[in-house]
Amino acid sequence: MSDRITVAKTYKLYIGGKFPRSESGRSYPVTDAKGTFLANAAQGSRKDARDAVSAARKAFAGWSGTTAYNRGQVLYRVAEVLEGRREQFIAEVATSEGVPAKKAQSLVDTAIDRWVWYAGWTDKIAAVLGSSNPVAGPYFSFSTPEPTGVVAVLAPQQSSLLGLISVIAPVIASGNTCVVITSQDRPLPAITLSEVLATSDVPGGVVNIITGRTAEIAPWLASHGDVNALDLTGAPESIRADLERSAAGTVKRVLRNKPSEDFTVTPDMSRLRAFLETKTVWHPMGV
Amino acid sequence: MAAPTTLPSALADATRDESSLRRFLHGLPGVDQVGVEQRAAGLGTRSIKKASKLHAIDLAISMVDLTTLEGADTHGKVRSLAAKAKRPDPDRPDVPKVAAVCVYPDMVKTAADDLVGTGINVASVATAFPSGRSTMDIKLADTRFAVEQGASEVDMVIDRGAFLSGRYGQVFEEIVKIKEACGDAHLKVILETGELVTYDNVRRASWLALLAGGDFIKTSTGKVQPAATLPVTHVMLQAVRDWKDQTGELRGVKPAGGIRTTKDAIKYLVAVHEVAGPEWLDPNLFRFGASTLLNDLLMQRRTQLDGHYSGPDYVTVD
Repeated sequence: MSDRITVAKTYKLYIGGKFPRSESGRSYPVTDAKGTFLANAAQGSRKDARDAVSAARKAFAGWSGTTAYNRGQVLYRVAEVLEGRREQFIAEVATSEGVPAKKAQSLVDTAIDRWVWYAGWTDKIAAVLGSSNPVAGPYFSFSTPEPTGVVAVLAPQQSSLLGLISVIAPVIASGNTCVVITSQDRPLPAITLSEVLATSDVPGGVVNIITGRTAEIAPWLASHGDVNALDLTGAPESIRADLERSAAGTVKRVLRNKPSEDFTVTPDMSRLRAFLETKTVWHPMGV
Repeated sequence: MAAPTTLPSALADATRDESSLRRFLHGLPGVDQVGVEQRAAGLGTRSIKKASKLHAIDLAISMVDLTTLEGADTHGKVRSLAAKAKRPDPDRPDVPKVAAVCVYPDMVKTAADDLVGTGINVASVATAFPSGRSTMDIKLADTRFAVEQGASEVDMVIDRGAFLSGRYGQVFEEIVKIKEACGDAHLKVILETGELVTYDNVRRASWLALLAGGDFIKTSTGKVQPAATLPVTHVMLQAVRDWKDQTGELRGVKPAGGIRTTKDAIKYLVAVHEVAGPEWLDPNLFRFGASTLLNDLLMQRRTQLDGHYSGPDYVTVD
């Protein structure tokens, strides 16, 4: 009996709940830490980024309008599906990052726990960050946190799953939608995450995942007029300052966390808080 | 039956009576469905970039009939639409004006008052838009009212029921009478191609409308799906081109409904250039009936000039 020929994979992008090929038609080979070929990934272009932003904008009203409780339930459901794909994630993290299986297992477990941690935050954000303000007059004054809008996320280059989940989950937990540029050399866990998102209850367009060269696509997102915030975590050092400058052109919120961030420690609220706006309402006090 | 203008003898014969009209319309060559769809798809793949794209965007903006045809229309909404027609992108005064504002007859006066002296036309739908199901008297009264209120263009709908049951004479008669009622106003004849089913019918209806004196032939009301499509517009562009070849007169085409993106609009412009000819690339001979298209054109224009993508926050909401 001859050896079975494995199915070679050429992955696609994840935009608006669908899996389109890159508009450019390009793809690039993904290798493991030692340089052995693993699969082909789509090499996204600026037009893919543009399409992803439109999809994210379209999904924003629905996702931000969902009740916080409901958003939490949707995210818990994602954790369930993540759990079901645990073995696949462990294998992909091990090959992508070149770590032993045991280490990969602990990274995947931490990643799923991290997702659950953020899922639990959805309906607590308003209570923690919102306030009822004491004012000198016959008014109620409330401040409530609201999502910023469409967030462009440059995912960490090294931590292919834990880092990825640590940057996506806080953005969508608070009701934002996002366009994610994955780790350039380690995109496989992100591609599997897109399959998880597509088969759970997350509405299409809430998370859009683009594989490809970060330095090529990021400037287009940083200058895009319809992107409201930018997470620079995975940005190459050489273009960080330029990205910040372009982001300033359309007054985006910019999260300047360094790529060296340690994702294994339990985070604080800072990533949740980074993509929230505060709305204050004055209301006449009734009798 | 009377031909509205002096026509070459072959065409004049066609309008002599109902049976010659039927003979003429049924004698038109059939449309090759596969061929026209393939040709439309082929022309749609043309790549228009940089300076040509910017030129196409400006041309498309100047061809827009900015439309609001909702039951919920208010005078305020029409006024804001008129303001947008005059200055589509307030940040950039170099953006051309649109060609016309298209409203229901009772809103015509509001639009006309706001657009005095701007060169922007006021188009009004009439003749029991969108279904066209009413008596001739009412349709005529509707048209006269629109013109009295100040409409310089009238968009009429044909009686599709009559057309589909083969009563071409009745449809012809209607268009002729409405054209009379329009006076100096331009008449656009809406064929509602989504209800005509076949390309052959679209070709017949186009010729019928041209014979009866329509200044423009327009695809759709925008209320029926499918609305404007590229192949249907192809067939209609062929009709106006053939009309010009036979009579020397230039008549216009207006696709309406379903054209929402700059990319779509540019595909139509390519079709106009290739099928009808460059002289139709003119707001007097080609129009887009649209409401959301204008914002997309403006965003694309900004993208071209600013070097980065723009967003809906930078154009007016309408």
